[in-house]
Amino acid sequence: MIKRTVMRSGRSLLAATMLASAAILAAAPACADDAVTLSLEIKDHRFDPAELHAPPGKPITLRVKNASSIAAEIESSDMHFEKVIAAGAEATIRVRPLQPGRYNFFDDFHHETQGVLVVP
Amino acid sequence: MLPSLLIVFREVFEAGLIIGIVMAVTSSVPGRGLWVAGGVIAGVLGACVVALFTGGLSELFGGSGQELFNAGILGFAVLMLGWHNVWMARHGREMAAEMRAAGQAVVTGSKSLAALAVVVMIAVLREGSEVVLFLYGVAAAQGGADLSMAAGGAVGLVLGAIVCLLTYLGLITIPTRYLFAVTSTLITLLAAGMAAQAIAFLQQANILTVFDETVWNTSWLLSDSSLLGRALHTLIGYVDQPTAMQLIAYAATLAVILVLMRLFAVPPAQRPRAA
Repeated sequence: MIKRTVMRSGRSLLAATMLASAAILAAAPACADDAVTLSLEIKDHRFDPAELHAPPGKPITLRVKNASSIAAEIESSDMHFEKVIAAGAEATIRVRPLQPGRYNFFDDFHHETQGVLVVP
Repeated sequence: MLPSLLIVFREVFEAGLIIGIVMAVTSSVPGRGLWVAGGVIAGVLGACVVALFTGGLSELFGGSGQELFNAGILGFAVLMLGWHNVWMARHGREMAAEMRAAGQAVVTGSKSLAALAVVVMIAVLREGSEVVLFLYGVAAAQGGADLSMAAGGAVGLVLGAIVCLLTYLGLITIPTRYLFAVTSTLITLLAAGMAAQAIAFLQQANILTVFDETVWNTSWLLSDSSLLGRALHTLIGYVDQPTAMQLIAYAATLAVILVLMRLFAVPPAQRPRAA
């Protein structure tokens, strides 16, 4: 008897958690159309350009082409992304609107490959 | 040689910590070696498949395939870890009692072993696919695998395996009566950290945009990309710049697992008198 009640409350708790997470997912607004698109390439262990500029408060789309013959993992703690890009492949990274500042990014496979996004 | 050593070590090290914990968690269950080995082999095969299809994978779902895949398998690992802990809260005591009466323990233990084998597989798959991609890239760039790259990779693998072994040996020195408490705490933190990481991938894919502001920045103190930062990231989910949603997911995972463990634990009345 006791066991059954415990099991049931456990299950309804799980259901409540799932409902809550579904609600959060549904509440997420559709992505904005006024995104700023910036393109860069990775080649010879360098980002080209190594310094990017973007306006504050606008979503940013980074188009990254890995023009080298080796896989790269573009990563940024400042902007919260990490993405593996196979040799010769291209990837899209969406960055949420940023406050003014300098945001670093790097290739986690080759730490000498460093770049910065400047928001005035 | 050095770059391939470092990359391979870093990735194997992260998977090695998780395998070491799983080995310690299951140290009393007979037959766990096969399950863990099975998880590693499945993970290595999976890593090769994922590496092979990385290009195609990232183009799925409007360029967010990689993020969704990572979030999905991390979420699955969180469920497996949580389920294991809840299951152990209920059956751990029986298992400890019947441990020496072999046969029985194999049957009761294998369910929770399967969940942990899946966790091992996911850890190896995630870290391994990066190793495969990296080494393949190096090999392709140099027109075929050369000896120094292979040597670097091998040394990295051995060093990573040593981390796994040390984690395991360190944990099993803990006296048996505390081991259960320590390992279930480790598993719970591991799950919470993975949940926060899954959230990071969903935010990156722009699927989750609420509460996405950075709450604090401790990169001056301990960076995510340092070795200690990486170890803590794997073990307890340390992030130097967490978003509010990551913190919410972390706290919620901790709370849900702890509450479920308590709810499903053997009620005091049924518990054998204190040993």
